Amino acid sequence: MRGIIDRTGGIFLVLVLAAAVLVPASNLLLPEGSALHVPDYMIPLLGKYLTYALLAVAVDLVWGYCGVLSLGHGAFFALGGYAMGMYLMRQIGPRGVYGNPVLPDFMVFLNYHELPWFWLGFNWFPFAMVMVLLVPGLLAFVFGWFAFRSRVTGVYLSIITQAMTFALMLAFFRNDMGFGGNNGLTDFKDILGFSIQAPETRLVLFVASALALAAGYLICRGLVTSKYGKVLVAVRDAESRTRFLGYRVENYKLVAWTLSAMLAGVAGALYVPQVGIINPGEFAPAQSIEMVIWVAVGGRGTLVGAALGALIVNAGKTWFTGVLPEAWLFALGALFVGVTLFLPKGVLGLGAQLSGRLRRPEPAAPSPTPTPAE
Amino acid sequence: MRSPTPPRHGLSKRRRRAWPPSAPGVGARRWVPAAMRVLILLCGLMTVAAAARAETAPDLTPMVAKFATDSYSDTADALAALSSSGSPRAAAIVAALADGRLLFDPVTKAVLVRTKAGGLEEAATGAPVASAPADLSPVRANNRVRRAIEAAAGALSLLDADPARRREAAAAVFKSRDAAALATVDAALAQETEPEVKVALAEARAAILIGKADAPEAERVAAVKRLAARGDQEALGLLRTVPADAPAAVTTAATAGIAAIEGNLKFWAVAQNVWYGLSLGSVLLLAAIGLAITFGVMGVINMAHGEMVMLGAYTTFVVQNIIRTSAPALFDWSLAIALPLAFLFTGLVGILIERTVIRFLYGRPLETLLATWGVSLILQQAVRSLFGPTNQEVGAPSWMSGAFQVGQMSITWNRLWIIVFSLLVFFALLLVLKRTSLGLYVRAVTQNRRMAAAMGIRTGRIDALTFGLGSGIAGIAGVALSQIDNVSPNLGQGYIIDSFMVVVFGGVGNLWGTLVGAFTLGIANKLLEPFAGAVLGKILLLVAIILFIQKRPRGLFALKGRAVES
Repeated sequence: MRGIIDRTGGIFLVLVLAAAVLVPASNLLLPEGSALHVPDYMIPLLGKYLTYALLAVAVDLVWGYCGVLSLGHGAFFALGGYAMGMYLMRQIGPRGVYGNPVLPDFMVFLNYHELPWFWLGFNWFPFAMVMVLLVPGLLAFVFGWFAFRSRVTGVYLSIITQAMTFALMLAFFRNDMGFGGNNGLTDFKDILGFSIQAPETRLVLFVASALALAAGYLICRGLVTSKYGKVLVAVRDAESRTRFLGYRVENYKLVAWTLSAMLAGVAGALYVPQVGIINPGEFAPAQSIEMVIWVAVGGRGTLVGAALGALIVNAGKTWFTGVLPEAWLFALGALFVGVTLFLPKGVLGLGAQLSGRLRRPEPAAPSPTPTPAE
Repeated sequence: MRSPTPPRHGLSKRRRRAWPPSAPGVGARRWVPAAMRVLILLCGLMTVAAAARAETAPDLTPMVAKFATDSYSDTADALAALSSSGSPRAAAIVAALADGRLLFDPVTKAVLVRTKAGGLEEAATGAPVASAPADLSPVRANNRVRRAIEAAAGALSLLDADPARRREAAAAVFKSRDAAALATVDAALAQETEPEVKVALAEARAAILIGKADAPEAERVAAVKRLAARGDQEALGLLRTVPADAPAAVTTAATAGIAAIEGNLKFWAVAQNVWYGLSLGSVLLLAAIGLAITFGVMGVINMAHGEMVMLGAYTTFVVQNIIRTSAPALFDWSLAIALPLAFLFTGLVGILIERTVIRFLYGRPLETLLATWGVSLILQQAVRSLFGPTNQEVGAPSWMSGAFQVGQMSITWNRLWIIVFSLLVFFALLLVLKRTSLGLYVRAVTQNRRMAAAMGIRTGRIDALTFGLGSGIAGIAGVALSQIDNVSPNLGQGYIIDSFMVVVFGGVGNLWGTLVGAFTLGIANKLLEPFAGAVLGKILLLVAIILFIQKRPRGLFALKGRAVES
């Protein structure tokens, strides 16, 4: 374990676990008026940030350590979310507007007579959870299998991942896909028998998100500190050279890529019950690009930074859209430009950058570590 | 047999229905002999023919006189006669009757029209009447007369002075296929001189004849052949209505005609889809061609490319607004004025972006992608703050509106101009890159930056100019796209993915690849649509591109050599 958890990672894990304990405690134990009381409405919001952080960790695993800039991770996130959403839809049962015990409301509305085959089994929680992992994982595996074998790299890979999520978005917008079309899945009632609106359920979901983030971080960290991770970094920095050394580059990439997609799926599955809706907008290419900026803000190739970036950017988004809705896109745009120009190592690298500059007033090279080959 | 739409020209049929003395009031005045009605009709037809030859107005007095008898059935007869008279006066009289402005003097039996201005004129001649008779009563109308008025108005437009209205009326008869209109159609056909209207009338006649059981067989066969020659969907529908009990010659001709038309329609459907595909391809080409410079030649992933297109469209909007308020006469020139302005404006914005952002990120394509995405968000929000989030209205100059027909497909002028324009832009760009010194420098810098710098080329300046050129071209694409797309802050977003697909599919660094890629994707998309639907067709195409890139990771026309790997 010592090799896996470094100082930053340790602090990060302690903070996440502390949040998992302290936030529910503050919500339940402290009186409403207390300055440290976390109000009910904040719980799902914080939970949402944590799922975004997990998603950012997943993106960082492929971008930061494998050199694959995915502009389509939103697709995996949304697929995981849809799998969870389908389970939640089935739990509504006869409480829907149309009162059909089997068919969700939108299917009754669209004149479905029976459940499409791909909805079967989703009323069973374990099956739905397997699907949360399996569907994004399978898509990533097939996609990666072809793409990495054909040695599609760099920008080309980014563009086809974008095409993938764009195609999925168009598909899910279709009403006859059987996923609720434009409106997506919503109006959830309960999860495992507990009301999804109840504050207690939300607390549990929050804690689950925090634990999932910690677990996701540990898995990724374990992976990148292993021997496998060393080869992965070698692939990132000099793919051809690694191949000439005898490593099967495509297999190394494929493992990281598929694992990352599954983590994104888990993040999506935790996101949906806390937000209460999943719709095809999650597949929009713009969403996926935004995920990349979370990683860039926090610091690419650090995992902790990715999670941090997701929290910073999304907290900023919530604050801006509340206070200055017009200015949010300006701020986000400036963030994209500013981070790429001035913070190549993100917030986490800021300290090192500043101290490095103080120690050596004129750095010879902009980055002491080898720049990743694209 | 009969089309479900109510026949507008059921003139003589309705008149015939009036013959049995159904209403007592009408039956009492049944003294007008039937032979006379026929005579009047014939007389009318003859005068029509005479009018065509001698260009003299027929004498309407005997027909008009019947309005003064104060009998509904006479009024209907008079209407029937008027409708076949072909006189320009007839239309005025029918219109006056419809409005209740047709008056008669019960004593002198004079029939007068009160003009809309309030004056009086002779109904038959249109000569003004100075002194109004003491008491005038209006020619009354009941439901039957009102129907007759409608029918007469319809038939009269078959004989209207305006060829366009005659053609419209003929098309209406073609649709209604009212056998009662046959006589009027024949009369109109005899005096028609405009070839186009003549064809329309002949087709209307054929449409009536094929369903008319008592028509001579030879005429019906001829009618079937004429409809088969028309060759469109409507003719097909008509031919399918030929009754099975029609003479063998007619049904054989109809079957042959149906087969011919179906083959014909299939061909034109494909042709129409190819045309739509060309149109979509030209749009893709316009959107992608600037990207082919910035991405293809310079290797800069410019996610703000779509926003350059959007800025070009907004430039057009601003130019048109200024023209509308200060010089409306120049409106037809608005696009020509907007073109250079859009090029300069977006080009300058492009140079600004290059100098402030992209310059620092050369050799780091993924970072460039993120930074330019940020720029695109800023530009979108800036436009949204300035102009509002709603669609802005950009007008089309007169020479770009309307459509024309080629065979069975319709071609809109704006689409045609955009295809021409996209090719012009493409070849102009090719010329700039291959034949000018700027193009030479650009190619030198992109092929080997350090060598080019060693030869004395100011690479930084060339970078800025190239990026400005690519952005400027995106801007003029925006001018063209403002004509067919909604001008909103989101305009660019819709094109960015498509543009990248085109450039990647065609092969990065190859302008010809972009041309082939754009048109291939455009046509493939439109040919897929009839089978798969618009959305599914697009998804299939995206999947096909993803698979294609697996097979040929560097596009259709890949650059070869060692430089590619770096």
